[in-house]
Amino acid sequence: MIPTKRPKLEFLSPALIKKIIAEALIVLEKQGVFVENQEAVRLFKNARMKVDDSSQRVHITPKLVEDSLSTTPAVIKLYDRSGEKEFVVGGDEVHFNPGSAAVTILDQNTKEQRRANTDDVVRFACLTDCLDNIHFQSTGLISSDVPEIIADSYRLYLGLMFSSKPIVTGTFRVAGFKPMHDMLMAVRGSEKNLAAKPLAIFDACPSPPLKWSNLTTQSLIDSARAGIPSELISMGMTGATSPVTIAGTLVQHVAENLCGLVICQLAKKGAPVIFGGSPSSFDLRKGTTPMGAIETMMIDAAYTQIGKHLRLPTHAYMGLSDAKVNDSQAGVETGLGAVLGALAGVNVISGPGMMDFESCQSLEKLVIDNEICGMAYRLIQGIAQRDEPIATHLFERFTPKMQFLSLPHTKKWYRQEHTFPKISDRDTYDYWVSLGRKSMADRAAEEVDRLLKTKPAPLPEESVLKELKKIMLADAKNNGVSKLPEIKG
Amino acid sequence: MNKEDLLSKMAKAVIDGDKEQAVSLAKEAVKKGLDLNDVIENGYIPGIKKVGQLWEQGEYFLPELITSGECMKAAMEVLQPELKKAHIAVKSLGKVVIGTVEGDIHDIGKNLVSSILSANGFDVIDLGADVKLEKFIATAEKEQADLICLSALLTTTMMGQKKLIELLKERKLYNWFKVMVGGAPVNQAWADSIGAHGYAENALTAVDAAKHLLKK
Repeated sequence: MIPTKRPKLEFLSPALIKKIIAEALIVLEKQGVFVENQEAVRLFKNARMKVDDSSQRVHITPKLVEDSLSTTPAVIKLYDRSGEKEFVVGGDEVHFNPGSAAVTILDQNTKEQRRANTDDVVRFACLTDCLDNIHFQSTGLISSDVPEIIADSYRLYLGLMFSSKPIVTGTFRVAGFKPMHDMLMAVRGSEKNLAAKPLAIFDACPSPPLKWSNLTTQSLIDSARAGIPSELISMGMTGATSPVTIAGTLVQHVAENLCGLVICQLAKKGAPVIFGGSPSSFDLRKGTTPMGAIETMMIDAAYTQIGKHLRLPTHAYMGLSDAKVNDSQAGVETGLGAVLGALAGVNVISGPGMMDFESCQSLEKLVIDNEICGMAYRLIQGIAQRDEPIATHLFERFTPKMQFLSLPHTKKWYRQEHTFPKISDRDTYDYWVSLGRKSMADRAAEEVDRLLKTKPAPLPEESVLKELKKIMLADAKNNGVSKLPEIKG
Repeated sequence: MNKEDLLSKMAKAVIDGDKEQAVSLAKEAVKKGLDLNDVIENGYIPGIKKVGQLWEQGEYFLPELITSGECMKAAMEVLQPELKKAHIAVKSLGKVVIGTVEGDIHDIGKNLVSSILSANGFDVIDLGADVKLEKFIATAEKEQADLICLSALLTTTMMGQKKLIELLKERKLYNWFKVMVGGAPVNQAWADSIGAHGYAENALTAVDAAKHLLKK
């Protein structure tokens, strides 16, 4: 059998990759990075890096970057809540997860955006758990019915309860790490077990250009020490907070991410790190950050290629849209992003469900996007030879009346060669009319209701539930919050 | 060069985003002993107004808008000290204290608003990013500002906007200053819910909103 080729998208020539990395290293050493975190500054000083104390500007040598790269694992394994199902994050593996930390939800009934509450977050987690092509869950919605101070731990709390999938999350405050870490340990039983079988990825975003804030730097340090993978989310906006050229933005992107990676390795050698991002082709007319722009996707695919060149697991914000409703734009942008991301071999793709510049989540869109992700997965499986010979044997009894429906060969292969969507329309026109002329969004809304009604919430065992609740209540109490919303589930 | 020529060249310098030219024309006006308020009003301001129009028409994008704003600012930096020296009041649409609230080090949006407000004739005190709420209030009191503008990019720092208004109310300062909020996650509903006087979606609507709020 001839091996199956994995279709792959590569934008950059080897020479251009080298040049971008070389320039990033020059920037790191010459201009340096602002690191607004005392502990990290100490770590840099211990590594004998030049630090300007007054401005907290750290100059990083190529040698330190190289050493840090050599201790960063090329592959990370994540595990679901049971600890049984393993997900390889590395190579050309692709795992979709919903775009994270939306403030609003597109209300299914009114079709308008509104702030999300506990009930929405629970439905979101339960729905994510049902969708086969969404491998990880994310703390994709922020619950507005608890005070902001505990918003980070609260969303993780609900996610861990209502979905068994590995989770992409992150802190909103330095003190948020401990309760969140405690919750993850409660699921695994111990710190050691958690480090051995990571359940969560923590996102940390530098502030472009070339700045790591106190909060995000602390998240890198704390996560590294706990063995939790950090996802580096550099997010330059071309022409606004990063150079206007795509190649120029890539230089800054690589510099910011490498600084984050060095911090992780200084905190703990061997710490798992994912080379990710959420850059955008800044719209210089509207002043917005379109995630559905084709140039945004080009930046994503290109830094992914650089991440792979550096032998690192990769991540990108793709498969999302800037549309405000589930219209053609939502489908086009999400579809393009998911397909390009999969072809580029981005290991963790955050985006599904998301719209309106990463600010809104839609349950219907999540269901539609699940189908898009399915198409992307099929696409990257490529075209296999399957049989030896491929087909000549099928034509041995060739007649003009020959058909393939009844061939054993058809029955043997059709489910592997072809996928069958749940909500895309493949009906004849008349049948479609007879079903009520429904749009894809209409069918997706019905599917949301059906899934949430029929699939029971995948709650963890009672002892874990109790422990999670204890940690959440204690965190709330420590922050002066005496009561949490009732969870219906 | 006669005065009319000079004024139209000033407008053109702003429209073209030619900073060197804008500054050298300002210096020339000083040297010639012209009425500097007249120079500002009939030379530079028409330029920035035209830039606003070009923006509205979709001709100009942010890079042009910002460059022109910076030209305006550079010219003012020449003219204002001269006016002060001559004890002539600088005409201003109002005094604005602006910054990105505590915990937030994003300031691209705020910089845009700050630059466009000052280009359009507001006296702007830009406190930068990650600004403590107390500093907003202290500066506004000290400078007798008319308007406080608060930017927030993060959903977590939006709360700072709410808190500032609460502080103003607590200290019975709420009626002393107008408060305008903005930033990616901010919208009119949020502004209403926290009791902000104004909200602007982008830098140019910020100018209109500020003018509207400070109409006496």
